Amino acid sequence: MSLITTLARLEAVESGRAQPLTTVRHRHLTGRPLVLVPLATAGEAGAPLGALVGTDREAPRLLAVAQPRDRELRFAFLAELAEAVLPHIESYAGVVEPAERSQIDPETGKKTKVEVELCTDAAQLIVPSRAGIDFVRLLGRSMRFRRTAEDDPDTPYPAPARVPLLGRWLTHYAERARVPGSSLLLATTDLLNRHWATGQSSLEDQHLGALLAWIAPSDGGSGAEAALRAELERDREGQLLCPPAGPATDPAFDNRLLAPAIEAYDRARTALAAAEDGLAADALLAELARAERQIRSLLAKVALPTWDAVWRGLDLLAGLPEGARAEDRWTRDRWSFTAHRDRVLAGEPPQPRRDDAVTAAQKLASREAAQAQLDAQEALDDPLVLAGRRLAGEAFVGEVTGVEMAYSESKRPSPRPLVTVRTDEHPHLGGRTKVYRSLDGKPQTAEFVSGTPAEEGGLLLVLRITDRMGRSKEPAPGSVPEPGDRTVWTLFEHDPRGGPKLPDPEETPWTHGGPPGAAVERAERPDPVTAEDLL
Amino acid sequence: MSSTRATFDPGAEATRATDAILHDTLRGSSRGVVVDSPPGAGKSTLVVRAALELAAAGRPLMVIAQTNAQVDDLVVRLAEKEPGLPVGRLHSNDSDPYDTVLDGLENVRKSAKATDLAGLDIVISTAAKWAHVKNVEPWGHAIVDEAYQMRSDALLAVAGLFERALFVGDPGQLDPFSIVGADQWAGLSYDPSASAVSTLLAHNPELPQHRLPVSWRLPASAAPLVSDAFYPYTPFRSGTAHGERRLAFAVPSDGSGPDRVLDEAAESGWGLLELPARHTPRTDPEAVRAVARTVRRLLDRGGAATSERSPHPVPVTADRVAVGTAHRDQAAAVRAALAELGVTGVAVDTANRLQGREFDVTVVLHPLSGRPDATAFHLETGRLCVLASRHRHACVVVCREGVAELLDEHPSTEPVQLGVTVKFPDGWDANHSVLAHLAEHRVRWRP
Amino acid sequence: MDKAALATALGSPAAFGQSQFAFMRGNAFEAKVKADGGTELLRLLYERLGGPGEAPHEVRVPDLAAAGPEGRAARTALALREATAAQGWTLLDHPLLALEVAGSPAYLEPDAVVVHPEGTWTVVEIKSFPMIDGSADAAKVGAAARQSAVYVLALERIAAMTEGAEVGHRVLLVCPKDFSNLPTASVVDVRKQRAVTRRQLTRLTRIEDIAATLPEDATFDPGCSPQELHRAVDAVGAAYAPECLAACELAFHCRERSRARGAVEALGRSVRGELGGLTTVGAVLAAAAGKEGDPADPTVAALRRAAALRAEALEGRAVCH
Repeated sequence: MSLITTLARLEAVESGRAQPLTTVRHRHLTGRPLVLVPLATAGEAGAPLGALVGTDREAPRLLAVAQPRDRELRFAFLAELAEAVLPHIESYAGVVEPAERSQIDPETGKKTKVEVELCTDAAQLIVPSRAGIDFVRLLGRSMRFRRTAEDDPDTPYPAPARVPLLGRWLTHYAERARVPGSSLLLATTDLLNRHWATGQSSLEDQHLGALLAWIAPSDGGSGAEAALRAELERDREGQLLCPPAGPATDPAFDNRLLAPAIEAYDRARTALAAAEDGLAADALLAELARAERQIRSLLAKVALPTWDAVWRGLDLLAGLPEGARAEDRWTRDRWSFTAHRDRVLAGEPPQPRRDDAVTAAQKLASREAAQAQLDAQEALDDPLVLAGRRLAGEAFVGEVTGVEMAYSESKRPSPRPLVTVRTDEHPHLGGRTKVYRSLDGKPQTAEFVSGTPAEEGGLLLVLRITDRMGRSKEPAPGSVPEPGDRTVWTLFEHDPRGGPKLPDPEETPWTHGGPPGAAVERAERPDPVTAEDLL
Repeated sequence: MSSTRATFDPGAEATRATDAILHDTLRGSSRGVVVDSPPGAGKSTLVVRAALELAAAGRPLMVIAQTNAQVDDLVVRLAEKEPGLPVGRLHSNDSDPYDTVLDGLENVRKSAKATDLAGLDIVISTAAKWAHVKNVEPWGHAIVDEAYQMRSDALLAVAGLFERALFVGDPGQLDPFSIVGADQWAGLSYDPSASAVSTLLAHNPELPQHRLPVSWRLPASAAPLVSDAFYPYTPFRSGTAHGERRLAFAVPSDGSGPDRVLDEAAESGWGLLELPARHTPRTDPEAVRAVARTVRRLLDRGGAATSERSPHPVPVTADRVAVGTAHRDQAAAVRAALAELGVTGVAVDTANRLQGREFDVTVVLHPLSGRPDATAFHLETGRLCVLASRHRHACVVVCREGVAELLDEHPSTEPVQLGVTVKFPDGWDANHSVLAHLAEHRVRWRP
Repeated sequence: MDKAALATALGSPAAFGQSQFAFMRGNAFEAKVKADGGTELLRLLYERLGGPGEAPHEVRVPDLAAAGPEGRAARTALALREATAAQGWTLLDHPLLALEVAGSPAYLEPDAVVVHPEGTWTVVEIKSFPMIDGSADAAKVGAAARQSAVYVLALERIAAMTEGAEVGHRVLLVCPKDFSNLPTASVVDVRKQRAVTRRQLTRLTRIEDIAATLPEDATFDPGCSPQELHRAVDAVGAAYAPECLAACELAFHCRERSRARGAVEALGRSVRGELGGLTTVGAVLAAAAGKEGDPADPTVAALRRAAALRAEALEGRAVCH
């Protein structure tokens, strides 16, 4: 943790309130995010228990699984989830604008521009916590290989129609969430933790209730005390007043409330199945409906505080102005959204279980580039983030004290002015380290020439500017800083590029197992299903 | 092994290993040959020799190294051995893309375009540059140097450029890393964040694997410790026997901590200068001054090293001394402290940058000295291994008391990914075993 | 000692407990894995670990019941020796192993140990977290590996006295496959964890040594007054870090104490990394504000630079663009 963040945390401890880590918001928020608060059954992988979902904070849609170990009920839940999520996604998938993308012409091998569609906006999905993102991934994985009766009339236990499609979209969202700086699928805790430092550890910051308590205690009192209450306070039944943000539920909730309610539901179902006549069945059906309502009401009670917390978190974030370059990253998210839409439209198979060698390497390379870009953009958008980089010696601010014209030694000499900058900071400069500053939103490069102690304290740094001065012998007006200018320099690139192009998967070399071939088909087969789907 | 101990002939062992490697490389049928080389086991010599023999056999060769410094160093070594050999140095488009020393080498051609260098016997570049080379006829042979420090995805980008390859590297040094999480691919044979060698061997387990069995750098006092602590399942020996290397000082000890620890290190090969326990910032001023003072005294006392390289003692001059640290700011602080004491010419760098280098004497600021916590970074096995294996004669470690207790407070609780071949040993355990050994050469000092 | 009861008596009850759903599933899965005389378990084991030796057809499952932990441990040791001598496949279901920890005997109960015909003993851990597409939660696998390493060490003590026995350093981890209740297995190499655990065991403070540092009247009886308990618990040195919250029933109590002291570790171990000798929130902030501390101390100097840079940025002085 950087010292500047540590300091912010300690200030939070002292003041009892969270302290800002940024001056702007570094993630794009759409006007109409879809919030999903999922709940899962303890101990069972990918077994949903319920969810609140929707775009209207006043009207969440409650989905519940009365008996999580019943395959039919689980499918019904997933079908309902698909009906809650897919129309939202599709409402964005249909609105496009023309855009250009460079593509390699398969015949000539040359880069050409092609006109394509780009969705003007993308559907944004917000979950309470990082565990929520993992659960979205798990749900995606559990659904995307399912077969519907339409896919295969002979498939045992066919999935409802739109479930595999929801699985593919959730998989895409969860995978995109791994890209640094992306905003398609966000966890509220991550969002808040990026922008505020609390007086507790980052481990405790994963508790959405406690985190919000530090940032905006509901009673306006001490954040520390409010956080403690959020963590521990229980009602007379022993239930947490601020239930965990899920998907895992509190064991005390499972054991004292949920388990008896599910037992009652099971009893009612058994009784209904054994009903001997219509009259008895009606009564038993009412009993079953009552048992189901009881479970729904329990789940609603335990999920609603989280639902409200997510929206409160979004309100807090909306209060921050968006960083200038967040839009640029959102455009990448739109490209990603559009590309997935196109794959679905083209009838491509679901994402494979595991990436092939080339895809894995490509993803890693693009994520590393995204990380470098995010780090650079956040620092350029936000003086408080830049302060951390300055403290680390990766950027510095200084006043220009002199400019001396010089030229490159070539046939056509280009300007290479030497700029002297006085700074009180300690940048890690050496050799001919490159440094960059923002000139009209574009990076200008200089190289470090020398550093000497300044008489009035600090350092005098001589930098040689090497680009963005125009084509003529004299630098273009305004392209060279002038004495008295306050300049900001970074040691990191402003727009770092990705790595080299990798071979096509069909040309995977022998060192990496050769072309994936048959393995790909295997990876898309449906999971085997067993008659007994539960434990 | 124990029966051969009495008759262990390091030269013969090393020759046998080298011959087998060259045989497999030049005459074997496998597409790849893997060579594990512990610190100072003659990896560079092997690479140069293999390159020259392949060239002599008329096999076009590309050489892939990891850094520009390594590439330039290899070019110089090749030119020294075989000045007439046409060598291509493929370089980037950056300013100062290669060491200007190369400009003085007559048969070395430099270019940023691979096509300009086509037809030369040997073309050398970094993995990063090779990755941009497209649409060329593949080379028959490649040598991949420092293959354990190369990431699997970097190999993926260049493997289409060659038919067969010799992979050489030291498995005990620092692993490659990525700046973003790569857990989702852990356990996959081609995990892009893993080392090139682990992917290669996962897909081609039948490839011949060799090991250079003798460290010519590490003295008899150091090889057993480094081998036991960092290479427990692939042990190696020192090429020299006890007493063959000696370090002596013209000026006797003044009784200070630095002098006493230098005497201990000269005598035993190891010295631990232990400062009183204290939690300190990374650039602990006392420890930094103790490091600088030790270096200064080492130079002032007229250190002289006797070894198999020369019949007479050779002065230990500044260029034969290095200071190793874990962090860059620590290196900067030590440099400043040395400058204050008027010492110049001593290499001061982090473990990452000292990888592959060799000195007579090293002074190491222990990565855990004065720390209130022990993070995975500080416990990384490779970091300590690099720092403890750069010297030919002696290594002095400067450290605050209390590291053993610190380690006890931070038990190893590493996550385990299914299917990932375990890399040995555990950093926590290796730190304890090195510390236990150093404790026998402890000089306590209150500056 | 019942740490949960102690925590409640101290006024900081732990939020621990297991959901009965998870508990039931865990038990059901283990029963399914071991059903049918261990046939499926042995099939998985042979598939993953292979020979030498024939594929298991007949599996002996000896009765390990005995009175008391000592009796059960002795019964287990005897069964292991008999199974090794028999040179066939034997499944020991919930054996009991003894290991000396910090000078006191501790009893350990692995889910299963399998004796191979050629004398290898393999530890089997059955967990209810899933292996999805061949991978599983690394933190959970790590915990299982450390747990198994302790079993391996305990088994090695018995193996040392058993002719022809060797304890495998590769253990079998059995988990549900994907989203099903079908078992799947993976081999986990625990050499590293074993080496670490062995060193830790030799370095653990002996319990008598801890007891010797306590006041003579110290009590941990939850029936005592909170004041007495506080005094006793505080006398035991504890290095609280947030990681404790997930592992120890007393963590909330320790956290409260740690926060009251203003200890910076309460914010996480990594926070202390750059704070050098400054250990309290007050001391750090005073140093940063220029009220205390020696400016020649690099920590103090860095803190002041950090504070100045932070203040400058928050004042909103436009330094960018």
